[in-house]
Amino acid sequence: MENGFSSPRSESFPAGLRVLVVDDDPTWLKILEKMLKKCAYEVTTCGLAREALNLLRERKDGYDIVISDVNMPDMDGFKLLEHVGLEMDLPVIMMSVDGETSRVMKGVQHGACDYLLKPIRMKELRNIWQHVFRKKIHEIRDIDHHESFEGIRLSRNGSEFSDDCIMFSGEDLTSFKKRKDFQNKYDERDYGDHSSTKKHRVVWSVDLHQKFVKAVNQIGFDKVGPKKILDLMNVPWLTRENVASHLQKYRLYLIRLQKENDLKASFGGIKHSDVPSEDTSGGFGLQSSIHTNQNDVANDRDQFSGSNFYGQDLDAKNNEGYREEIVSEPKPDSKKPLTADVPDPQDTRSSQMSFDHSSASLGSDVNYTEFDCSIPKQYPWSECPEVQSKQERKLLLQLEDGFSQQPPGVPQHYIEIDQLQSVRDTSSPIKDEPVLVEYKSRHESHISPKETTIDNFSAQSKSLIAYHQSFEPSSTAISSMKPQAVDLSCITDLESCQRNLISPSDSTFPPFNEDLTVCWLQSDFLNKNFGLPNMEFADYSDPSFIADIPVHLYDTLTSDYECPYDPTEYPIVDQGLFIV
Amino acid sequence: MDGVAQLQKQLVDYTASLFQEGFLDEQFNQLQQLQDESNPDFVVEVVSLFFEDSERLLNELAKALELKTIDFRKVDAHVHQFKGSSSSIGAQRVQKVCIAFRNYCEEQNIEGCLKCLQQVKHEYSLVKSKLETLFKIEKQLIAAGGSIPT
Repeated sequence: MENGFSSPRSESFPAGLRVLVVDDDPTWLKILEKMLKKCAYEVTTCGLAREALNLLRERKDGYDIVISDVNMPDMDGFKLLEHVGLEMDLPVIMMSVDGETSRVMKGVQHGACDYLLKPIRMKELRNIWQHVFRKKIHEIRDIDHHESFEGIRLSRNGSEFSDDCIMFSGEDLTSFKKRKDFQNKYDERDYGDHSSTKKHRVVWSVDLHQKFVKAVNQIGFDKVGPKKILDLMNVPWLTRENVASHLQKYRLYLIRLQKENDLKASFGGIKHSDVPSEDTSGGFGLQSSIHTNQNDVANDRDQFSGSNFYGQDLDAKNNEGYREEIVSEPKPDSKKPLTADVPDPQDTRSSQMSFDHSSASLGSDVNYTEFDCSIPKQYPWSECPEVQSKQERKLLLQLEDGFSQQPPGVPQHYIEIDQLQSVRDTSSPIKDEPVLVEYKSRHESHISPKETTIDNFSAQSKSLIAYHQSFEPSSTAISSMKPQAVDLSCITDLESCQRNLISPSDSTFPPFNEDLTVCWLQSDFLNKNFGLPNMEFADYSDPSFIADIPVHLYDTLTSDYECPYDPTEYPIVDQGLFIV
Repeated sequence: MDGVAQLQKQLVDYTASLFQEGFLDEQFNQLQQLQDESNPDFVVEVVSLFFEDSERLLNELAKALELKTIDFRKVDAHVHQFKGSSSSIGAQRVQKVCIAFRNYCEEQNIEGCLKCLQQVKHEYSLVKSKLETLFKIEKQLIAAGGSIPT
């Protein structure tokens, strides 16, 4: 609450890192403030979550990282986490005196980039800058991909990153150093020229989002693609990349909503647990983790976690106005709330994305409930809890199922999801066709030329790419789906996630942080049995559609993916689904 | 000076005993290390905050446990909070009681909870008086012209 907002970091990064600390315990607040100050960070303290959100909203670019306690009286720390992730896309570190695995898991699932146990030592706080740096790198990478690797510099505001900084953070970079594309780039020492491409965070205000939705509706869910949307929206400063990632989130959100509805309506129909767990790609891992958490809440909610997440994502983004519209699911009558506190989202189900801000709260509730499983998009891979490997497998399996139906030419990842949908026509078909379609089309676009997609994928750091299937152009054969190096399991450290992702396939996919969310979304999606008819894959050959799916997703489809999926109904495509 | 040296020794010994007896743990050291010229009273300030907050929490706890129908979740939340804040200054024994306390909450064991409430109050007052004594010695030391040994 104190702390004048200074300009972004100076050359001596990480000194001057702007940290916002949120904790209802005044003693800890004081201690943390002191510790962070000793680390030469700029600290702002806050005793209430709501207040913290206000602060963050007031100055969108005023902070670099948020540290928050899990237990707070006015708002659950996880909710705050979601909000921050969605609205501001800042790295968030959770803290708690409770170190139970389930809680930590929840944190990770919700997108925390780290989870610290109290009592916290100063040395633990010293390195929090890595999360900020990492994010930047990913953003840059995305931009880079997106813009064909034009001279993108790492620094955001001038010389934030000195050579030394870059150098000594080499560990972080090693993973993507492997990526050929970036190799040269990052090897460059010429960071002095920071004039180019600074990626600005796009804030999806209500208005902006409405334009977006309008455009999407105009185009039609099944044909939607970032470029088209962008053109229709006619917002000069908006980039295709922005739209693409937003679109992805939106889709996820819809899926999530749908799932929630489905869940509520027919729990029995969807047996997530049945999902086969064989080598699901990493992506699913994410799912599984989510599922795991979900277990506490609802039986079959696992799958929904993805959707929840999405919903939240979008929700937060759009001031919770989204929710309503996105929810296109039929109102479930007897749906079990995904989580205890899930409000009744069904009320607001509308097939279209009609903004219904009135139920914003509803949405938020819904979202929050699912938060357990949701993986904020901006969360680096490290957040993929491995616990969920089982679920991941399931997802994969599901994907595979869908996959098999795909025409060989189509990259697996996307297809799988779609496929699954078509496969599933069991339970209540969700009215979220638009969602499905979107989902599908979204993927479709990703599938577009393999060559380019890979690049494209990396562009979307935020995209939740559910299918983080290892994108391997060469392995298009659906039949040969083999889980690529999906190392979702136990990836608690972003870096390791990244490395996992990157190393196996030496593809140029940057480790993506946010893609994780996508992964599980899909699984949720799949589990929902949307009964989505085979949607044509539009835009497959749209090279311009930058896959939201970070390229790096593709990297790590490994067969060791240890998702505990039950290899049941869905023959999941091993290969591609991995959620980075 | 003898006076200073004596006080210093007293301080060191007393602090050591607190650690040995488990009243304080490593976290307290961390606090001491955070203290510097820009914040010469840092530890005292933090501990004072802790006292204030704890008193409030203990009151809430007592109230919550006096109700006819006890809301164990709320009690647990309070205990959790208390556990967190006691961990902030390293009040180890208090923290330990909190752990047991939470277990009783989970079991919804009223007797166990009441017992723990007494225990935690006891431990809290113990550590409070110990710390107050510690601060007193420090003050005396400084007043005598000495400095707190790091």
